[in-house]
Amino acid sequence: MGKTIVEKIFAAHRRDEPFPGTQVLNLDVVMCHEITTPVAIADLEWRDKDRVFDSTKIKAVIDHVTPSKDTKTAVQAKILRDWARRHQIRDFFDIGENGVCHAIFPEKGFIRPGYTVIMGDSHTCTHGAFGAFAAGVGTTDLEVGILKGVCAFREPKTIRVNLNGTMPFGVYAKDVILSVIRELTVNGATDCVLEFRGEVVDNFDMDERMTLCNMAIEAGATCGICLPDEKTADYLRDFIKDDYDSKAQALTNFKKWWSDDDAVYVKTLNFDVSKFVPVATVEYKPDQVKPLSELTKVRVDQVYIGSCTNGRLSDLHAAARILKGKKLATGVRGIVSPATPKIFDEAMRDGTMAVFRQAGFRVTNPTCGACLGMSNGVLAPGEVCASTTNRNFTGRMGAGGMVHLMSPAAAAAAAICGHLADPREFM
Amino acid sequence: MKPFGGAVVFLDRNDINTDEIIPAKYLTEVKKENLKNYLLEDLQIDGFDPKGEKLARVKVVVTRANFGCGSSREHAPWALEVNDITLVIAESFARIFRQNMFNCGMMAVELPAATIEKIFKLADGDVTCDVDFAGRKLVFKTSDGRSESTGFTTTEFDSALVESGGWVEFADARY
Ligand code: SF4
Repeated sequence: MGKTIVEKIFAAHRRDEPFPGTQVLNLDVVMCHEITTPVAIADLEWRDKDRVFDSTKIKAVIDHVTPSKDTKTAVQAKILRDWARRHQIRDFFDIGENGVCHAIFPEKGFIRPGYTVIMGDSHTCTHGAFGAFAAGVGTTDLEVGILKGVCAFREPKTIRVNLNGTMPFGVYAKDVILSVIRELTVNGATDCVLEFRGEVVDNFDMDERMTLCNMAIEAGATCGICLPDEKTADYLRDFIKDDYDSKAQALTNFKKWWSDDDAVYVKTLNFDVSKFVPVATVEYKPDQVKPLSELTKVRVDQVYIGSCTNGRLSDLHAAARILKGKKLATGVRGIVSPATPKIFDEAMRDGTMAVFRQAGFRVTNPTCGACLGMSNGVLAPGEVCASTTNRNFTGRMGAGGMVHLMSPAAAAAAAICGHLADPREFM
Repeated sequence: MKPFGGAVVFLDRNDINTDEIIPAKYLTEVKKENLKNYLLEDLQIDGFDPKGEKLARVKVVVTRANFGCGSSREHAPWALEVNDITLVIAESFARIFRQNMFNCGMMAVELPAATIEKIFKLADGDVTCDVDFAGRKLVFKTSDGRSESTGFTTTEFDSALVESGGWVEFADARY
């Protein structure tokens, strides 16, 4: 019987099976941010165990609230900063260098095919785009990961999601994943991994694969995952050139992780993306998804373009193509948060930022920002936001606010119309 | 081992997410105790008052499917813990929330939908839940004398976490 990619990664990292069905894995990367890590650090200190298992395998960033907005967030940042210094964690990113965790860590080449990765953040599933098993965990799992370099999992089952057909004009990776979640529902993949396969995934670049895997958690999945291929190797080129003599050699190595043809899946879902249309969420669950063409009566107060889902350069480009030469509709506030400094700089260089500015958007520094309503871009009760983020939960962007999730192109269309709109009309 | 059992609150909805259990704006707290007053603050269910008398006495939550979905924040179990709620009973849980509960030495117990439905039938009165951990048995009683009892299971790993007080102790002793 063949194995799936996740079963192969589990087999290669298994440290212990303390009880039947419980696998304790060795970790390749433990990622930390300033919201969920300080409590782990405080607890380690309290237990007299302020140690790290391997400072080179720990990556840390201040990203959720940066610059700090008040004393409490300043203290959180300081705890992480002091800890990183104390343990000589070289890969630590503070103001000036920092960006949204799930955008900056891949950009720095920290994630490789076949890796095991945890972080105290549910969207850690994003890194499955590289063929890694990457799972969001709570603070206690993170704490043990920091201290011992291990994490326990019930070996997840795999749901295979076949995406075939031709991507229609105006339909993006975000529309694909929202459409898949609508089908799966918010707990349709609990305790499972979503393995994304098919020609659509093969054709997707790494940004698109990250968007796809990022929202696997919104169907309850432990991780989303793609098979590592030439696109993965090209993206990682600068980081792996010392590890392999040639790209061919890297690819041969990557392929050993590929799911076998006779691997067993709990379920296989087939989608023909040719039938997909631009969509957005309605209400407060990410599986409540409707075609944008039916939602044009929904007025918006704010448009937010950013986050670990859609704050990458290709996302800014998609929005800018629609915004070029246009203005925000009267009464609409536009906010764009490039996800990393590199994205920020490139968008400055290639004129994308100028398009946003001329349209009337405010550009912020790289940060999670409005995505979780902790610092900037908070909605007032009753206000509505067209957003490229990943969660539309009650109160997510501010108590009493409503968030509609959509692609960057759709958010840009909403920005110039003042109501939700089908982006195809503006392309 | 933590104490389990006592007064029950019923949350009659599927998919209650961790933003509803504890809103993101309180994630700036570094001390668990400080989360105490904000438990379930954004949860909107008819007849439920997060600031009410009733929630203050509660030790057990009974709810429907996919409780704890969304963010990985362990602040959700902590907000329960500092309010002395150590047991959540549901039809199903989101993976990270469930693991976080056991990692803290608390319990997230899954029961079949039909059993949950029977327990919900008691919800019109004041309900308490007695927990026999060794016998893996739960008994729900109303003040007017009705009751419902059911067995439950935990994996060996979950049991070890409950008995050893959580994952840090367990892992530190073993790895
Ligand atoms: S951008 Fe939003 S979803 Fe992504 S890590 Fe930040 S807060 Fe979480």
